[in-house]
Amino acid sequence: MNLIQFMGAVELGLLYGLVAMGVLLSFRILDFPDLTVDGSFPLGGAVCAILIVSGFDPWLATFCAILAGMAAGFTTAWISVRWNILHLLASILTLTALYSINLRIMGRPNIALLGETTIFSPLEESNLHNLFTLPTAMFILATLVLLLLYRFLSSEKGLGMRATGANIRMAKAQGVSVNRQIFLGLALSNGLVALAGALYSQSQGFADLSMGPGTIIAGLAAVIMGEALFNPKVILTALMACVLGSILYRLVTAIALNMGFLGLHTQDLPLVSAVLVGIAMVTPRLRAKILDFKASRS
Amino acid sequence: MIRMTDLHVTFNRGTAMENKALRGVTLDIKKGDFVCVIGGNGAGKSTLLNALCGDIFPDTGKILIDNKDVTSLSTWQRAPYVARVFQDPMAGTCANLTIEENLALAMGRGMKRTLRMALNKDYREKFRTQLGRLKLGLENRLKDPIGMLSGGQRQAISLIMAVLQPMKIIALDEHTAALDPKTAAFILELTREIVEENHLTALMVTHSMHQALELGNRTLMLHKGRVVFDVQGEKRQGLKVSDLLELFHKASGLELDDDSLLLS
Ligand SMILES: Nc1ncnc2c1ncn2[C@@H]1O[C@H](COP(=O)(O)OP(=O)(O)O)[C@@H](O)[C@H]1O
Ligand SMILES: [Mg+2]
Repeated sequence: MNLIQFMGAVELGLLYGLVAMGVLLSFRILDFPDLTVDGSFPLGGAVCAILIVSGFDPWLATFCAILAGMAAGFTTAWISVRWNILHLLASILTLTALYSINLRIMGRPNIALLGETTIFSPLEESNLHNLFTLPTAMFILATLVLLLLYRFLSSEKGLGMRATGANIRMAKAQGVSVNRQIFLGLALSNGLVALAGALYSQSQGFADLSMGPGTIIAGLAAVIMGEALFNPKVILTALMACVLGSILYRLVTAIALNMGFLGLHTQDLPLVSAVLVGIAMVTPRLRAKILDFKASRS
Repeated sequence: MIRMTDLHVTFNRGTAMENKALRGVTLDIKKGDFVCVIGGNGAGKSTLLNALCGDIFPDTGKILIDNKDVTSLSTWQRAPYVARVFQDPMAGTCANLTIEENLALAMGRGMKRTLRMALNKDYREKFRTQLGRLKLGLENRLKDPIGMLSGGQRQAISLIMAVLQPMKIIALDEHTAALDPKTAAFILELTREIVEENHLTALMVTHSMHQALELGNRTLMLHKGRVVFDVQGEKRQGLKVSDLLELFHKASGLELDDDSLLLS
């Protein structure tokens, strides 16, 4: 792995760190396993790309992408809460619908953004531009989002949202409007993921329907690897752990795909991801077993 | 102040498992009343409290709090009026939130939750004072996850959480039943103090007839979803457990041995 590949993996890791924070919000904080993400990531990319090629300001396009993602999350919440449908199923419904909707939005399976003005254009055109510019921009964005999310989750509203996921009966008894928290939480989560999709299409120079599948596993991998490695106890470290987990996930998969003797190709990425997530899920249990074993010996 | 009129609650209606948990309960609770509710297993005590809190909607009947009809309000909408302590210490607090976060959550009961920070210096100061009275050393452990505490400690915190904000009535459902006898006695004493100090109106379910006579000013017995007796004032003075059994016998025509109630 050379420096270019390394920085590329870090950049992608930071970008998917936004997805990871979205997944942390739904899976962990709200205890709502939400697969909508696989659809809201390309949705963000699609909305952003079509607006940019239609001549809109890239910042406005990015903002609209966030709104579209929020609407997707809201839809899943509505199906689940209003019609009392299991969270996973509700999210699969939205996800399935998004396959068609994303194609409708783009009008074709992919849109190239080469030569278009994106939010990254000023960086690329400046004479300071080098290998580290985009990763630095992503780092700043991810940090900003992390701090905002942390601030929100420390607020009265955010605390109500955390209680909703952790003990819904108690949250209700304390006057938390739990349904609204689910709406808000899923909208935030998918808005973040759509933002990541918009940034992805702008930094990679294209939006493509195929960028969706694998988003949820990347987010989960980041969250679970972060937990396995850093064992976070408070909300701030949980947020940081999932972003670090995301960077690590990109590095490890890049290394695995680069090891010639393994004979892996890009299309083996899902397999590598599944194995990685599996290992990360088993690690805490193995650690507990080893500790037990040591304790029983002494 | 709290008026429940002809409450009926049926579970699994229209199936072989149909179960009429409440069959016409009418109850008037005055401001400052401390009502102890007793009754055998399955008598409908928890269902009555759940209906009051909004966890269960009655088939028919009305619930008024301060003349406001709350029958169709959901649990969180009734939270400004009803504070609650559950039987299960795990149910009333949030294990993976810290002690101070749990208390901060309770500070928001009945208030609009905003984007302001949930915790601040004033709140922490207030929490320390409140926890200090328990003499459990919890005032120095504000940042510990509440899951690290024992059931008794969590129940004590649940009581404090209940009174951080004003309410019309506090509902306690066998909140000492899951505790060892010594801890149960501590929590019961704490309950008595807190209710007295804050002049609360309380509805407490207990499995002990002794408690039901010692505590509060009114004793009420449920049986098969109905109120079989409801004693207060002079009539309640000097009443013994054996008198309660007698009352039950007269009202229902059934014999009831002390154990079946005490154990349930
Ligand atoms: N959620 C429920 N679903 C079905 N049946 C219930 C439910 N809750 C209570 N019941 C039934 O209603 C009756 C009254 O229960 P409950 O109010 O819990 O009694 P207790 O007086 O012991 O607290 C019991 O027969 C119980 O099995
Ligand atoms: Mg009960």
